[in-house]
Order: sequence, then structure tokens, then C-alpha cells
Amino acid sequence: MQVFDLGSNPLRELNATLQAQNSNTNQINWEVQNPRGRHAIAVGLDAPIEVRVKGSTGYYLGGMNQKAQITVDGSVGPGVAENMMSGTVIVEGDASQYAGATGHGGLLVIKGNASSRCGISMKGIDIVVFGDVGHMSAFMAQSGNLVVCGDAGDALGDSLYEASLFVRGSVKSLGADCMEKEMREEHLDILSNLLKVSGSKAKAEEFRRYGSARKLYNFNIDNAY
Amino acid sequence: MTDNKKNESPRTEPVQSATFTNSVNSEIRRAAATGIYDIRGGGAKRRVPHFDDLLFLGASISRYPLEGYREKCETKVVLGTRFAKNPLELDIPITIAGMSFGALSGNAKESLGRGATLAGTSTTTGDGGMTEEEREHSSKLVYQYLPSRYGMNPVDLRKADAIEIVVGQGAKPGGGGMLLGQKISDRVAQMRNLPKGIDQRSSCRHPDWTGPDDLEIKILELREITSWKIPIYLKIAGARPYFDTALAVKAGADVVVLDGMQGGTAATQDVFIEHVGLPTLACIREAVRALQDLGVHREVQLVVSGGIRNGADVAKAIALGADAVSIGTAALIAIGDNDPKWEDEYQKLGTTAGAYDDWHEGRDPAGITTQDPNLMSRLDPIEGGRRLSNYLKVLTLEAQTIARACGKNHIHNLEPEDLCAITMEAAAMARVPLAGTEWWPGKTGDFL
Repeated sequence: MQVFDLGSNPLRELNATLQAQNSNTNQINWEVQNPRGRHAIAVGLDAPIEVRVKGSTGYYLGGMNQKAQITVDGSVGPGVAENMMSGTVIVEGDASQYAGATGHGGLLVIKGNASSRCGISMKGIDIVVFGDVGHMSAFMAQSGNLVVCGDAGDALGDSLYEASLFVRGSVKSLGADCMEKEMREEHLDILSNLLKVSGSKAKAEEFRRYGSARKLYNFNIDNAY
Repeated sequence: MTDNKKNESPRTEPVQSATFTNSVNSEIRRAAATGIYDIRGGGAKRRVPHFDDLLFLGASISRYPLEGYREKCETKVVLGTRFAKNPLELDIPITIAGMSFGALSGNAKESLGRGATLAGTSTTTGDGGMTEEEREHSSKLVYQYLPSRYGMNPVDLRKADAIEIVVGQGAKPGGGGMLLGQKISDRVAQMRNLPKGIDQRSSCRHPDWTGPDDLEIKILELREITSWKIPIYLKIAGARPYFDTALAVKAGADVVVLDGMQGGTAATQDVFIEHVGLPTLACIREAVRALQDLGVHREVQLVVSGGIRNGADVAKAIALGADAVSIGTAALIAIGDNDPKWEDEYQKLGTTAGAYDDWHEGRDPAGITTQDPNLMSRLDPIEGGRRLSNYLKVLTLEAQTIARACGKNHIHNLEPEDLCAITMEAAAMARVPLAGTEWWPGKTGDFL
């Protein structure tokens, strides 16, 4: 176990050290102590290492992650795992706005609640939130899956493209061009798998599926908002 | 004379309205027929105060000139000296502005890369990400970080020579990109992670930051991912240039790129292009004032774009305080856009060479703003690159010619004192004297 104390060492040194790891490293396990809400912790990683952050963080924890598994023993600020390409980010607490924004791949698990705009503009990432998500979640979401085990706020899936949204609780309102869709076998399979790998005890059958009505895909004045 | 003629009253000639012109009326009829606003490419077409309204004074008894071809007049510019370990060193103070693969054909992007490389300057990606061809043919490539984040990934980010965070674009301050279904080919769709053939509207604001304090943290993150090596530019539209420039500096930008309303776009609403934003001329002094007030003029470089056409425009922008300029529309014209040799085909599209701006339809006869393989093949990227390089060299020579005439051995030594204005509006915006006076509107002091 490699231990890095952010209380006494600079952020640049932490990120440079973690970014220097490659697929052949034998330094697999890392612990980051005293994050104290610092921003941009463990960003731009590109190796199958496991990083555990012992406390809450600020903005952009795990930004643009590739391959690494990053776990936060605390809550995270805005933009956790933004633009993630692959790997896993697990947040034991809550997440602020824009969790998983524009993510292209990988898995983001938030064991508490996520704030507004969770999964905004997501492009292939899978996001599982054990609690609730705030308003405008999955805004302009392009692809990937957003799983909400609790409730969703206003305007879920506004201007949605081809991402799939699964919500177990209530949806306060749907955004423009978002509609409830039939839950078929293939969706149950995807959902069951995501619940399993993220460690949720929720059952796929308890969820409803939402997706794009595809009415905004081509200009039509009668569909203008 | 017949009785009829004798009784007829004299008639006035038919008078066309200056308000409801034929052009205005045709747009009303088009809107009534279609129910959709007019979408087009390019920048503002209306007449606005511009660099043509400024003149250089040249040398005189009190200033002596440099010899035209013999005495050196440097044009090198270094962008990104504030924080980046590896600033961008350019041979000429003219860069190629961001234009996307998708909006432009692959051959057009390759032409821009080749031309910029030959001339010793940089080119810039656009909405849609970085293509391999573009990286290969551009010795210095600026990677745009846009609200859509199409194709954004850390691998390409680290391949870039600089990052340009796009906040706004002069053609549409407050608006996002538009790429209509005709141009969403398989490859474009794949790069953008979108279904083929849909009308793609990029978001107008970034998804994961909302203000200058957030932006500062976003810049920190990008620097951490790229190990503080490459410069980070911030591109803003001409809207509130003093405050936007000041906030860009506060957020930690290395370079501010400022785009006026004559700057082009691949596609947006005509009403947006013509009615939102400031003319380029109105932006420069305000941006420079912000840099000077913060004590970072020349430390944070200013790149100006929007309506740069010739070496005089380059020299004027630099004299007003810019470090470099950027060209988009002019570069496309240099590689063949709107060339009269395609006039027959422009006529078939209901337009004429020089006025063709339906770039979003993807039917560009010149093979530039299209994804149609047949049309694209009309543009030879090697020839296109050569033409762009030639044009960039002419711009540089022209700017040097003016700088030498003003007695400057580096183009950056040009200054507002070298200029006068021939209109009141330009004098007010550029804050240089109206020709033949020592005064400009708003100037306080001892003038009487």
C-alpha cells in the first residue's frame, strides 16, 4: 500500500505520481490521506490501480479517468469523474452537481444522493446512484445508462439523445423530449448487471425506464419549446 | 395630344422602402412559408465599423522608417508564457481559428493543417474532436475544449500543443454549435457519439462549470491532466470584453482569444449572427484595458479574430494591443471557398459566388463545408495547403511592410499612436484620433 498525505504534499506531486503508473506497475494500491476538499484529486489516471481517498473532496475528483478504480470515503464536489473514459469511481457519500458529466465510459457509483445535472451530456458512461438525483439530470445525455435507486428531480432527461434512464422511485417531471418507455428483457439484463456490479440490493423489476421521444432530432417548428 | 394624355396626372416613380427592402421582404416570405428561422454560415454581413476605418500615419520627420526588404522586422510570437512549461512559438502572428471536422470536410481540415504548418503557425480543432489526419498534418495544433465535449478524451488532450476553452464565439455569443443532419455522416456521428442524420445542436454553456470561480478550478484540472505543460487559451465572444477578459485572467488563462461579430460560424441563426455581439474593432481596446489594469498585458497574450482579411488588418489589430490574430473565413476563401469558378453550381443552389453561406446544407461546390465524398474530392489538400501558406505569407509581408513604414523592427512595436481613424465611430471604438485632429469621442483632457 502506497500512502500519500495531501496535508503535507502538493497536489501536483500526487497527480504526477499517480499518472506515472502504467499497466505494468506493481504499486496497485494507493491511499490518499487528508484530501480536505481539495479539487482535481486523482485526475487523468491511466493505469489499473486502486486509489482510496480517505475523506471528502472538491471539484472533479477522478476527472478523465482511464482504467483506475477510485474510491472516496466521503462526499465529492461538483463534476466527479467528469469525462471518464473507463475504470470505476465509487463515492461512499453524496455527490454535488454534474456527477459523471460527459463521461464516455466506465462506471460511476454514488452510494448517497447526487445533486442536479447528474449525468449531464453523458456519452457512454454508466452511473448508478443509490439515493436521489436532482433536477435536470441526464440533460442532453447521449448514450450510456443512468440508474437512480431513489427519486429523480424536475426535468429528468431534458433534450435527451440515446442514453437510457432507469428510476426506481418517483420522477418529479420529465424534461423536453423525454418519455417513459417499455422495459424489455434486454433492459432488465443491463440494469440487473449494473445493480450487481455496483453492489446495490435493488431489483431491476422495481424500476421504470425513460428515454428519448426523438421528436427534437430534426427541426420542426411545431416541436419548438 | 390626345384627351386622355392631357387629363393624366404626373406620377412619382415607384419608391422602394429603405426599411422593407427586397432582401427583408424575401426573408419575411421565406419565414412565412417555412415556419423556421433562417440558418446560415459565416459572420455578420452588415456594415460595421472595422479596420478599414483606421489608417496608419507612417513615418515622418519625427519618426523614421525601416528599409522595406532589407531591415529586419520580426514577426515571431510566443503564446502561453504565463503558466505553461511549453508555450507555443509561432513564426507569424496569424493563427488558424477553430473549425470542426464535421462542419468542414477532411480535405479542408488537412489543407488548413498543411498551410499553417508551412507558414509556421498553428491550427485549431473544433466541435467534434481531433482527427488523426489533422494532428498528423498540423505541426502545432490547438485542441478546443467545447461545451459539447464531443470526442473529448485525455489521450488527444495530451497530444495537443495548447488547449482552447471555448466560452463564446463572435458569430453567436451565448449560442451553441449547430450541425444539421445532412452533414452527420457515419464518421461524424461516431466521433460525436450521436445518431446519424439528426440535427445536432451543441450546448451553449459548459456542462460542469458555471462561472469564473468554477472555471478557475476547471483550468486547474486541465493543467493537472496535462502536467502544466501546454498553454490554456480561453476563447470569448465580443460581448463584454473588459469584464470577460478580466475574468479570463482571474481564472488563470494563459491566452485570451477574442472573437468579434464578423467572425464566422459553420451554422447558426441569421438573426443571431447579425444582431448579437460587438464588432471586432469595438472589442480590442477594452480587452487591452483589462489586461493593462491587471498588469498582465503581453504576459497574458491577446489573440483577436473576426474579419481579418489582409496584412493591414493584422497590423491594425496588433497596433491596438493584440499579440496575434486568428483567421477562419479568410482561410477558407484562400483554399477555395466561394470561388467564382463554381458560379454555375452556385446559381443552381440559388446563390452566387461570394454570397454562398448555406454551409449547413453540406452541398458546397468547393468541397469545403461538406461531408459529400464527391464534393470533398474537388479539394486537393496539398494544393489547398499551398494556397493557405501563400496567403499567410502575404498577410505577414503586408503587415511587415506597414510596420517598417512606421519604423518598427518588430511587429509588436506597432502601437495606437501609429493610427488615426476616418470615422467618428471608429475613433471612439479604437480610441485613436479622428484623422487630422487630436481628438476622439470620449477623450478627456486638454483638447479644444
